[in-house]
Formats: sequence, structure tokens, C-alpha cells
Amino acid sequence: MSAAARVADLAIETRALTKRFGQQAAVDAIDLAVPTGSVFGFLGPNGSGKTTSIRVMLGLAAATSGEVRVLGEPMPARLGRVLPQVGALVEGPAFYPFLSGAANLRRLDSADRAAPTGSRRARVDRALERVGLSNAAGKKVAAYSLGMKQRLGIANALLMPRRLLVLDEPTNGLDPQGTREVRALVRSLADEGTTVFVSSHLLAEVEHMCTHAAIMSAGRLVAQGTLDELRAGESRVRVRTPDAAAAIRVLAGAGLAAGLEPAPNDRGTESFPGASASPDRSADHWVSAPIELPRSGRVAPADPGSWSAGGQLEEEDLVAALVAGGVRVRGFEVQETSLEDRFVALTGEGFDVVR
Amino acid sequence: MSDKPAATVAPQTAQARTPRSGGAWALLVSELTVLFRRRRTWALLLALAAVPVLIAVAVRLSSQEPTPGRGPPFLDQVTQNGLFVAVTGLIVSIPLFLPLTVGVVAGDTIAGEAGLGTLRYLLVAPAGRVRLLVVKYVGAAVFCLAATLTVVTAGVLAGLALFPVGPLTLLSGDTISLGESFLRALLIAGYVTVSLLGLSAIGLFFSTLTVVPVGAMAATIVLSVVAQVLDSLPQLDWLHPWLFSHYWLDFADLLRQPVDLSSFGANALLQGGYLLVFGALAYGRFVTKDILS
Repeated sequence: MSAAARVADLAIETRALTKRFGQQAAVDAIDLAVPTGSVFGFLGPNGSGKTTSIRVMLGLAAATSGEVRVLGEPMPARLGRVLPQVGALVEGPAFYPFLSGAANLRRLDSADRAAPTGSRRARVDRALERVGLSNAAGKKVAAYSLGMKQRLGIANALLMPRRLLVLDEPTNGLDPQGTREVRALVRSLADEGTTVFVSSHLLAEVEHMCTHAAIMSAGRLVAQGTLDELRAGESRVRVRTPDAAAAIRVLAGAGLAAGLEPAPNDRGTESFPGASASPDRSADHWVSAPIELPRSGRVAPADPGSWSAGGQLEEEDLVAALVAGGVRVRGFEVQETSLEDRFVALTGEGFDVVR
Repeated sequence: MSDKPAATVAPQTAQARTPRSGGAWALLVSELTVLFRRRRTWALLLALAAVPVLIAVAVRLSSQEPTPGRGPPFLDQVTQNGLFVAVTGLIVSIPLFLPLTVGVVAGDTIAGEAGLGTLRYLLVAPAGRVRLLVVKYVGAAVFCLAATLTVVTAGVLAGLALFPVGPLTLLSGDTISLGESFLRALLIAGYVTVSLLGLSAIGLFFSTLTVVPVGAMAATIVLSVVAQVLDSLPQLDWLHPWLFSHYWLDFADLLRQPVDLSSFGANALLQGGYLLVFGALAYGRFVTKDILS
């Protein structure tokens, strides 16, 4: 059965998913592909359409156009079959303030027809224990802190064995300790084989937890893939030297497509070529070349076939080659693109909510 | 999570887990538990219970006998038979107090969950939109019954405590035993409960329109007052049989021998019509609604 084969591939799949509110497209033709078994980070600044996408995926809101498949089944057509296998934390936790934490979970669990009544208490206790709320189980939620509510929200997503967890901003309001616990929890769930879909505007969080990520900006999906894929092609070696031409030549000899960096650069370094009469550092240029950075710490050219030595070089070998080539190396760095650079490059800087 | 590692949950086992009928009642039980655990619900019921108690105490403490024709109907009978406290209590509560409490509960059904944000969690559980709507309506209907029974029970107790109670003389002149009078009191409570079902359906519909529960409550209560005002205008005679409040006070037939159930039937039919229309509207609105709260 092809549908079953698909289940193995993608836990969430959207095709040209669009959600409009009036004229404005909150989600604009996104094609999301969340591989089964991944921990998938759904990144984007505030107001970029993350929560709206999640609402549509979970059948809370109807798509204006496009398709959604969750666990291989079309949504919302097969909502009754899909959702019992999905645990969700959507746009922050929400509970009855006049009920205790445990009573809240029992209430929400009773809404799931697939949840056996007999094991309800045990499952609720287990979920509370898992998020560290056992001691506050009998306390009214009105007396909970934001972080405790957040934990309770996660506990609610864990009431039943799930194949997919959708966690919208799961560490919101948590203290650093709680954040670490959530990360560990996500990791242990992923180890059990649950696909975890985490939305966040915190890059560090995604870098810590996720195997894959997608980046939203103003309702559009601007990038998605594994974390390495997202970072790839953007790392570079940078050489600071007055001998730009020689440096480019040596680096080219090592198979790197080096070039002179346009000045001034964004690091505040004074490097106006020829702008200074005095023989000081301001005569320096930055020469840089894109590289691939495998996690081993070795440097490889972006185009692997062109590495003249036939293999990977240590970074220091590159420096040695430069020095041997008569280049006065005054600075050398391997600049790794963090997800943050990529994120900012894709979504634009600044605090303004785009829409 | 750990009682069954998710990794082993293949599509087949997932199918085996699809809904069984076992948990069908769980949501209703949970709904009623939540409803009757709320302090607000008890405050509403206590306020209702206070109505017949106040009437009984006022009549008891008053030096002069209530004159027939002054005050609410049956008030003059209270001193002869304490059971009439319950009837008088209902008559006093029907125009405002009962619609008010029912408006609060019915208006809160969906909008209250939306306002708290729990609606999205109920729906992704998944509760099923139609199932949730039905459970919410049944919950409101159970509250209608609880509300009328509260007035009747408080009335009977106050009557027993403050006035002589004995065989009851009906409007038709017949006398019935004490045991049968209790049955009649329950029958009247049933009549009033049915009377409030239409209003509950209206409240449910209003509740699907907003995420602000107070708005739905106020709209429901205002509508119940408007209906009664319209019902009192003779110029609108043609409209009267269609107003959900039209038969609200017509339970006198239940105090005759033999019991005349025709007004009960007419009332039930009218309320059923309201339930059908506003239930359909609520359904139409709720199943397609984007839950953005």
C-alpha cells in the first residue's frame, strides 16, 4: 500500500498549503516535509505563520488551499484517526484554572475516545512524573507558574503513546533548568522513535535539539532540510593579509575558490584597500573562500573534487601553505555559519514584526 | 509514554487503537464533573435556592395573611400548604432568575472553552466537534434540570419547615395525597426544565459565535427578556405561539385532576423546534469554525 510506504517517509507533509485571513496570507503556499523519526525545528520570527500552520495541520483551522498529510493520512479528512496518535502543545498551555493539574489532564484525556478510561489515572500520573510535576499534581492550576503550566501542557501531549508530537514553543516561560529538561525529554522521546515537531523562534534551542529544521518568514517557507544542510555552503576561511593576490593564488592552488572580500566588512575591521598611506594594518585585505566544514574539524573545499591534495587538510596546513607561498598572514579564521546567520540572512534582521 | 515505546507502534497497531465505544461516555461524565465542580455553578444554584426560601420566610414573618390576587400566584395558598412555596418559587424564578442562570451556563459552553484556550486541546485530543457540541448541550440541559430541581427542593424544604403540609387541594378542587403532591412537584420541575431547553440551544449557538463567554451569556439572557416582552404585547398575537417563552408559565394544567398534558406537549414541541433550529445553526457554525483562540 503506497499510503503505508509514505507513512514511513514523512510524518507531516504539506503541499502548497495556504491560509488566508481576508486578503492576507498568513501561510503562503508552504511545502513542508517532516521526515518520520526526525526532531524537526520549525523556525521563524514572531508572526511568520508557524502557529497558523500548526493549527491547520491539526485540523483546528481549515486551509484556504493546498493539502496536508499527517502520519500519511489527509487532514482534516482523517482527523479522527490521526489525532489520537498525535500529542500537541499549541500556542501555549491552556487549562481550567479551577481544576488541579491532574484533574485537568484527566479532563483532556477523556476527550480522546481512543484513551482507555481504565488506565487514565495511571497515565496521568506517569505523564506528570515525566515532566516533574508529581508534587504539584493536586494543586489548582490557577496557582501554577507559567513554567509549571508549560510543563503541564507537555504532560498533556504525553498522555498516550504518540507517533508524532507537535510542540509549539515548548520552552516558553521555562527557567534554564526546565529548558534543559524539555530538551532531554524531547531527545528521549525521539530515541523511542517519536517524530517531534518543535516550533520556536529561539535558534539556539533548535540547534540543540533538532536534526532537521525549516525556516519560515512572512508566511513563506524559506528553507528546510537537515541542520547541516541548512548551514552548508556558508562556512568560509578568512585570511587577513596585505598580499591579497598571493593569498588568492595559494588558496586556489588548494582548490578553494577564494576572493577578495568587499570592504568594509560587517565585523568592523578596517580594511579599505589602498585607503591608507601608512604601513599599518588598515592596508590589510580579507581574502575568503567558502569551505565545507565536516564536524571532524577538517577543512574541505565546497567542491570536493577540486581538493588538490586528494583529501582533507587540517586548517593549519592551509596556513602553512599560505606562509610558504609568501603571504603575510596577519589573521586567519574559520568562520562557521551558525544557524543564526542563516536565519537572519533568510528572515531579515530587526525586531519589527513583518506583518 | 513508556508503557509502549512509540517506536514499535506500527501502522497496524495504530489502527487497532482507533476509537472504540468504551470511552464514549467519558467526555460527558467529565463535562458534568467540571460543570458541577465549579464554584460558579454552585453560586448560581444557591441563588436559585434562596428564592423560595426568601418567599417562605417573608410570608411566615409577615403579620398579615397574603391576600388572594396580590403578589405572585399561589402565594395566598402558602400558609395553607407549604408545598405551594415550591410552586410560587418557580413562578417567581421563571421570568428572570432561571433564564439568567441558564444563560450563564449555556452561553459559556463553547465560548468558555475558547476563552480559556482549552477548546483547542479538546479538539486535538480529539473530542470531535459534533461530539463536543452534543456533550456541551447535554451538560447545559442537565444544568436546567438541576436548576429547577433546586428551586423545587428548596421550596419543599422551606415549606415543610415553616408551614403545615398535608394533602394538596388542586386547582380542579380535587385533593391528592402528600406522596402524589411530590410527584406533581417533580412533574412541574420537568415542565420547567423542558421550557428552558430552547433557551439552552440558543445559548449554545451564541456560544459558538464568540470567544468571549460573557458576550454569549448576555446575549442569551437579553433574548429571553426580549421574548417575554414581545409575548406581553397583544399587537404581536401572531408571533406569540412562536416565542420560546410563550408556555413558560403554563404549567397550571399539571395542577388539575386528571393531569392535562396538552400544554406540556405543546411546550415540548416548541422547545424541540428551537433545539432543532439553533442546534443546526450551532452545528453549522461550529464544525466549520477556525479555532484561533
